[in-house]
Amino acid sequence: MKKKSPLLKILGSIVLLAAGIFLGKTFFGQKSVDTVPMPSTIKYRNVGLTKDTTRVASNQGFNGKIIEVKEGASIQEAVKEANPGDLIRVYPGNYSENVYIDKDDISLQGVVINGEWPTLDGKKEINDAFLYSGNGILIENFKIINYKGNGVMGQAGNNFVIRNNWIIDTGVYGIFPQYGINGLIEHNVLSEIEDAAIYVGMCDNVDVLHNEVFDNVAGIEIENSRHCLVENNYAHDNTGGLLAFITPGLPIKTTFDVIFRNNFVVNNNHENFGAPGSTVAGVPAGTGILIMAADDVIIENNIITGNNNTGITIVDLATGAPRANDPSSEGNPDRVVILDNIMFDNGNDPTGEIKTIMLTQMDSKGPDIFAFGGGTGSTIRDKNRYRTFGLDGYGTAQISDTKDIPTMMTPSPVPPRSVSKEELGELTYYGVCAGCHAFGTRLIGPPTEILQAIHHNNPQGMVDYINNPKNLREEYPEMPPQDYLSDEAKMAVAEYILALKE
Amino acid sequence: MKKNSIIKSSLYGVTLFLMLLVLYSGKVSSSYTPIPLLNCNCPPGFKLNTDNKCISKNLYNQYAVRNNAGVGGLKSALPEIRDGFTPQEIDLGRYLFFDPVLSADQTISCATCHDPNKGFSDGLAVSQGIDKHKLKRGAPTLWNVGYLKKLFWDGRALTLEEQMQGPLFSEEEMGNTPENLIKTINDIENYRKLFAEAFVDRNKNAPIELNEILKAITAFQSSLVSLNSKYDQYAHGFHGALNQNEIEGLNVFRSFVARCAECHTPPLFTNQQFAVIGTPEPDGLPLDPGAEVPFNDKTLRGAFKVPSLRNIEKTAPYMHSGKFETLRETVQFYTDGRGHAVPEGEDLLIHWHIWEPNLTDYELDRLVDFLGTLTDESFTPKVPAQLPSGLKASI
Repeated sequence: MKKKSPLLKILGSIVLLAAGIFLGKTFFGQKSVDTVPMPSTIKYRNVGLTKDTTRVASNQGFNGKIIEVKEGASIQEAVKEANPGDLIRVYPGNYSENVYIDKDDISLQGVVINGEWPTLDGKKEINDAFLYSGNGILIENFKIINYKGNGVMGQAGNNFVIRNNWIIDTGVYGIFPQYGINGLIEHNVLSEIEDAAIYVGMCDNVDVLHNEVFDNVAGIEIENSRHCLVENNYAHDNTGGLLAFITPGLPIKTTFDVIFRNNFVVNNNHENFGAPGSTVAGVPAGTGILIMAADDVIIENNIITGNNNTGITIVDLATGAPRANDPSSEGNPDRVVILDNIMFDNGNDPTGEIKTIMLTQMDSKGPDIFAFGGGTGSTIRDKNRYRTFGLDGYGTAQISDTKDIPTMMTPSPVPPRSVSKEELGELTYYGVCAGCHAFGTRLIGPPTEILQAIHHNNPQGMVDYINNPKNLREEYPEMPPQDYLSDEAKMAVAEYILALKE
Repeated sequence: MKKNSIIKSSLYGVTLFLMLLVLYSGKVSSSYTPIPLLNCNCPPGFKLNTDNKCISKNLYNQYAVRNNAGVGGLKSALPEIRDGFTPQEIDLGRYLFFDPVLSADQTISCATCHDPNKGFSDGLAVSQGIDKHKLKRGAPTLWNVGYLKKLFWDGRALTLEEQMQGPLFSEEEMGNTPENLIKTINDIENYRKLFAEAFVDRNKNAPIELNEILKAITAFQSSLVSLNSKYDQYAHGFHGALNQNEIEGLNVFRSFVARCAECHTPPLFTNQQFAVIGTPEPDGLPLDPGAEVPFNDKTLRGAFKVPSLRNIEKTAPYMHSGKFETLRETVQFYTDGRGHAVPEGEDLLIHWHIWEPNLTDYELDRLVDFLGTLTDESFTPKVPAQLPSGLKASI
């Protein structure tokens, strides 16, 4: 049989066509990626000086180099190479790693091409995708999936921006800044997180804007934090949508000055899949907004619908977390302000205690707003329009809106350091050098006055010695190099020692 | 070498001249002044101010204080320390600390259970008091104790002065009484001189008071500062201080899977809160109710103060009653399941951070590597060669 069958002919031509398209795309279809925009940094608008919020007083520019990371390379290696001010650009591809950033002012920008994202895949083996402790960290445009701990976790970094990330099932939290001051979390999409998708923990001055959170246990949680604005977010199909909490037993004890404004809080009826023992494991499915023990929370202009337990729940710690006890946490939600909100279709299928309590009211539905336990000074603008329980003590709100508060972020960056060069020298001398050197007495090394005599008027000579000690004196042991000190600290301490008088 | 010896000899000359000058000016001044017996310099880590007080100084002071709790990440400020003692108070406290004359039978000093050669602990699972009394808990380290706001494993004391009266006057520990301690110290002429030198604001011949004894020991204990470990070098920005294994350990430590750093929070490696973690007691010991007893609070059953991890490598065995011999066994505990060691019939409120992180053996090994980077004993004080009581320093 030499003659080809028509079927084979057709198949052959299809294969040829496909190959042609593939080759054509490969050679002619590649997008030019030299138009990647620079990431925008935090804009400081001098809030309080002017209401003109379009006027930018200052923002940080990029003065460093751009380091490119392409598939097959490691983001962490780029971080190691980077200096403060640098921008790391990560191109599409799979990156299975834990990236830690213990430096200041590093920006990481994913580059999305043709819908292909740079993807950090933890494969359910790696703990965290991004861990940072530095100030001025920016992380944007990453897809982060399948980690065990967090998508992005910060420990005490200030002035952070976490933006445009697409985060799916990264374990306990999606985005979790802790102990940070002044931050912006915006335009992220997060789902399938077993605690809070966005968890602002023990922070101050954080804006959480324009995020979509769904299929998580908690959507957005403001916990033991102050001065936070949660605005324009879409929180749907979580167990609980938006939460403002005090968790007892943490070293920072308060939550106050929080605004929930212009959010969609819709159909938060997901079954609770939180870890046993976690605070959110006690959040009933069907919770729109939950205020527990937090003070001065303002709820304004949200659309809160379809949450089957309640639209808004306001409880004290004794009610919300009765098993935890911390005498140094004040457990009552005080001065909560409820302004205008759209609320309907909430409480269709109440559960637990709220169901029991509502049945005593001859009501099988949960209320739009439910308050229980202690707390004073809370107010509401138009109590009549909602179905409420426990709001008898609520007076009329003294404000009608919060339009004077465009942001909770600080008017200028939190400064990284609080000491002068002379102070740094002093801290280094007493904190490090004084173990071996002192005036007038021999400790392990020569007395300070001898150091002064050797390096008289020559701080650089002392810095050189600190970096690379030579054993100058037989009667003393050789000094270990102190090259771990920063260049700044070395020069500061050299100058300090040379100027020191007994 | 020649240049050095010239400098040296010229310095000796200058020093000799200065000494003569001091002696001479001493002669012309009218009244007799006793020779100082106590160190008039602050210990390392402290700067003498113009009021003759020692003020704490270290590289963590360069970071802005953002919360009074002193918790955060690598470059975060410490909590407030107890400082402002005079060098003389601190040095007097050092003598008292090592002096067994403080105990009823003059065999036990503070240093017996807080031995500088054993990380200011004693290497025992539970400490041993007077007449070989076996106590219920292990001796916590005293490194960085000046930063702590709660003392004892169960947090029942708020100040060091309050705390030390526990062991001093417990029948099972040092067995003393306030009356007997005051009498003993007042009967020792050397101590009368030293207290007169350290407490200048009172009549030189007035009897030594209990609060002066407590203050001096507090001053010494608060001077025990350990903040120059390899970890600290890394934290201040020298990334070469830790090797690859240790950095991996740090990342496990602070990840939200292991969650160590959530309670053992840098820079002190404790958040100073209570936690119920449900560790097992050594064989034969019943569950220690911990903070439940002093606070009369059922929710604190089995709760202990989160201990600092600084110099942890030096203070085996671990946990409040020394159940674990090694750091490796200790870190293993945290991945063996929430509440796995809680005795039957106990309903403890296990802390929410105790969960099932499923750490691998590799990760546990790296955690131990990292914990070893928290060691720094560069400011260890000297054990006095001679004690004012004439007794031998007991450690």
